[in-house]
Amino acid sequence: MSGGVDSAVAAARAAQAGHEVTGVHLALSRNPSSYRTGARGCCTLEDARDARRAADVIGIPFYVWDMAERFHADVVQDFVDEYARGNTPNPCLRCNEKIKFAAVLDRAIALGFDAVCTGHHARLEPVPVPASDASQAGHRSWPVPGSAGAAGGARLTRLTRSVDPAKDQSYVLAVLTAEQLSRAMFPLGDSTKDQVRKEAAERGLGVADKPDSHDVCFIADGDTRGFLRQQLGSAPGDIVDADGGVLGRHDGSYGFTVGQRKGLGLDRPAADGRPRFVLSIEPVSRTVTVGPAEALDVLEIEAHRPVWSGCLPPGGPFDCLVQLRAHGEAHPAVCVPGGDAVRITLREPARGIAPGQAAVFYDGDAVLGSATISRAGRH
Amino acid sequence: MSNVDATGYDPVPGGRPAPGGQVYLDHAATTPMLPEALEAMIEELAQLGNPSSLHNPGRRARRVVEESRELIAEAYGARPSEVVFTSGGTEADNLAIKGLYWARRAADPARRRVLAAATEHHAVLDSVRWLSEHEDAEAGWVPVDARGVVSVPALAEVISADPASVAVISVMWANNEVGTVQPIAELAGLAAEHQIPFHSDAVQAAGQLPVSLAGTGATALTITAHKIGGPVGVGALLLAKGVEPVPVLHGGGQERDVRSGTLDVPAIRAFAVAVQVARQRSGDEAKRVAALRDDLVAQVTAAVPDAILNGAPPGPGRLPGNAHFSFPGCEGDALLMLLDAKGIACSTGSACTAGVAQPSHVLLAMGADEARARGSLRFSLGHSSVQADVDALGAVIGEVVERARRAAR
Repeated sequence: MSGGVDSAVAAARAAQAGHEVTGVHLALSRNPSSYRTGARGCCTLEDARDARRAADVIGIPFYVWDMAERFHADVVQDFVDEYARGNTPNPCLRCNEKIKFAAVLDRAIALGFDAVCTGHHARLEPVPVPASDASQAGHRSWPVPGSAGAAGGARLTRLTRSVDPAKDQSYVLAVLTAEQLSRAMFPLGDSTKDQVRKEAAERGLGVADKPDSHDVCFIADGDTRGFLRQQLGSAPGDIVDADGGVLGRHDGSYGFTVGQRKGLGLDRPAADGRPRFVLSIEPVSRTVTVGPAEALDVLEIEAHRPVWSGCLPPGGPFDCLVQLRAHGEAHPAVCVPGGDAVRITLREPARGIAPGQAAVFYDGDAVLGSATISRAGRH
Repeated sequence: MSNVDATGYDPVPGGRPAPGGQVYLDHAATTPMLPEALEAMIEELAQLGNPSSLHNPGRRARRVVEESRELIAEAYGARPSEVVFTSGGTEADNLAIKGLYWARRAADPARRRVLAAATEHHAVLDSVRWLSEHEDAEAGWVPVDARGVVSVPALAEVISADPASVAVISVMWANNEVGTVQPIAELAGLAAEHQIPFHSDAVQAAGQLPVSLAGTGATALTITAHKIGGPVGVGALLLAKGVEPVPVLHGGGQERDVRSGTLDVPAIRAFAVAVQVARQRSGDEAKRVAALRDDLVAQVTAAVPDAILNGAPPGPGRLPGNAHFSFPGCEGDALLMLLDAKGIACSTGSACTAGVAQPSHVLLAMGADEARARGSLRFSLGHSSVQADVDALGAVIGEVVERARRAAR
C-alpha cells in the first residue's frame, strides 16, 4: 500500500472478497530522510501514514517492510547504470520485476501468504481455450505454461489491459513471468480511475482525492537530469549531426533520451530552420547525435531478454501489436523470435524508440510477452 | 469502531481479532491500567479545579495533587517536595539530563562532559547527543558487558579521564529491551564520591523492583505512570532536595519552579493509586511474574533450542517480567508479524524509524552482531499476565521461527 488511492481500494476489494489481507507499505529509502522531502513520490512519511490510515479504515493489519537495500541495488542503481550506458530505463517496470513481484512476493510466500495484490490498472483474464486448428494464428492459441502446477489445476490467465485505457499499466507489468503473474492479484482492472476514486470516497478512505503520482518516486523534485548528474558526475561530450559535424557540447550524455527535442542547449538553429531531435546516444565516446524528426522514424527493432507470460515461447514469426513506451500507442508489427532476442518489424514507421525501454507484445488487449529494446533503426 | 472482547483488550484496532483472544506480551511498552487507577481517574475527570487556583475548587484539586505526591514520594524513598510531576518519562529524562547539564555548566564552565550508559533509552541517549551537537557538551558513553551491565570499574574508568569535567552521569535502573538491572546504589555512590549529579531512568524498574531515591543516594530518578498500571501522559522526576536543574519548559513554574504547566489532576491521582496498589503487591507479584517469565524462557528454549536469551540470567540481575531472545536466522519484524497474526503481541524492543525496526543499539553495545540484533524479540510480562499467555506463545513459537527462517533465506 503506497498511500495512494489505487492500492487502498485494491486492498479493500480483496478484503471484501473474503481474502485474508495484510497491508504492507514498502520503505524504499536507504537514508530515511532523503526521499521524504518531496510533496509527491511513494516514500514520504505522509504516504506511510496515509497507507496506515487506509488499512485502519479497511480493517486489516498493516506493516512497513524495509526493502531499501534491494530497491537501491535493483532499481535505483539499475536506473543510473542504464542511463550511463546510453539507455532509457523504466524504473517502475524494474520495481515490479525485482521488488514487488520478486522480493516482496518471495517474502510473502515464505511467511505464508498466497499472493501479492496491488492497485495496478490491469487485468488477469482467462486465456482462450486452445483451438484445434492452430495453423493460421499460432500464438493466439498457446496457453500460459501451467505455472500453478497440474495438481492445483493450471491457472490459465494472462495479463490484459485495464478497461481504462488512459490508466492502463499492463506495459509496466509485462516484464513479469507467468509464475509471477500466477501469484498476482489486480482487483482494479475492471474499473476506471474515476470509479476507483468514487469508491474510495464511498468507503471513507481519506486518500480518495489524493493526486496521482507521476514522477520517478526516488527523485523527489522531479529533476531526473540533476539526479543523474549528482550520481554520475560531469561527463562532457559532443553533440553532432548525422554527418558527424559538431554542433555543440553537453556535460553528460545521460541527460538525453532518444526523441528528445527540448533542452539540447544548441545555440545555432539547424540550417533548414527545422527542429532537431536526439537520434542516438553513444555512451563510450559520449556522442549525442541529433537530426530532423523524420530521422527518428524506426521500422526495425531488436530486443533482448524476452519474457513470454501470455503464450508459450513462439517458435516462429507472428503478427501482433507492439507498444514501445509507457502510455505509447500499439503498433502493428511482425515479430521474429530467435534465441534470447526478438526482431520486430513495424508495419508503419514509429518515432522516438529508445533503447532500454520495453517492447511489449499484445494480442488485442492481452499481453503475450515483452523484451528490452537494444537497437532501433530504419532498416 | 472497536469492540472490547472478554479479555478486556481491544482487539487490535483495524486488525483481525485473534480467534482465542489477545495474548499481550508487551507490558514493557505499556501495561493495562489497574482497575483502581482507572476508577480514580474517571472520578477525578468529572471534578473541577486548577490546583494553582486559590479558591475552593482550586484548593480541592491541590489537595488531590499533594496527597498523590505524598503517596508517590513514600513509595520511592523521596520527600514530597522531591516529586516533580512531568508529562512522562521522556520529559523527566530531558529535564534531568539537559537541566542538570546547564546548571552545572553555568556554575563551572569546565564541566562539559555528560556520561551515560551506551544502552540508555532514546530519551536519555538523544538528549545527550543533542547537548553534544548543540550545547557544547562532550558525550561519554559508558560501555556495558555482554549481559548489558555497567560495572563500577567501567564507570570509574570513564570518570577518571577527567573527573572535574563531568557535569552529569545517567545510568538507567533497568534496561527496557533486555531487562538488565544495574548496580545503581554503587554507581550513584561512585558519582557522589566525585560530587557529580547522578540520574537514573527507573521507568522500567519502578513497577517491578524496589526503587528508592534516598536508598541509592541518586540525584534524580525518572518514573512514569503507564508502566505500572497508571495512565499514559504523566510521570515524575524524583529530584533530590536542593538540586535545581535549569528548566526545559518555561511558564507558571508550578513544580518547584523547575517544571511549568497546569497539573493533570486526574492522571496524577490515578498515578498515585497505581503506585499504591503496585506497592502493596510488590514482592509477591514480582515472584509470580518471574515464575511466569521463567516458564516462558523454558518453553521458548524447548521449542527453539538455538534461541539465545539476551541479557542477564533470570534472577536479581534481570527484571522479573522480561525475556528477550535472539532467534538466529530470523528477522525480528517477520517474527512479530507472524505472532501478531496469531493474536500474540510482542515487540522487537528497539526503536522504529517510520515503521522500520532498526538494529538494537542495546544489543550492539552488548557485543552482538547486526544479524543477531535484527533477529530479536522482547516478551514482557506484567500484572495481567497469566499462565495461558505463556502457553499460547510456547504452542506457536517453534513453527513461527521455522517460517520466519524460511522467509529470511
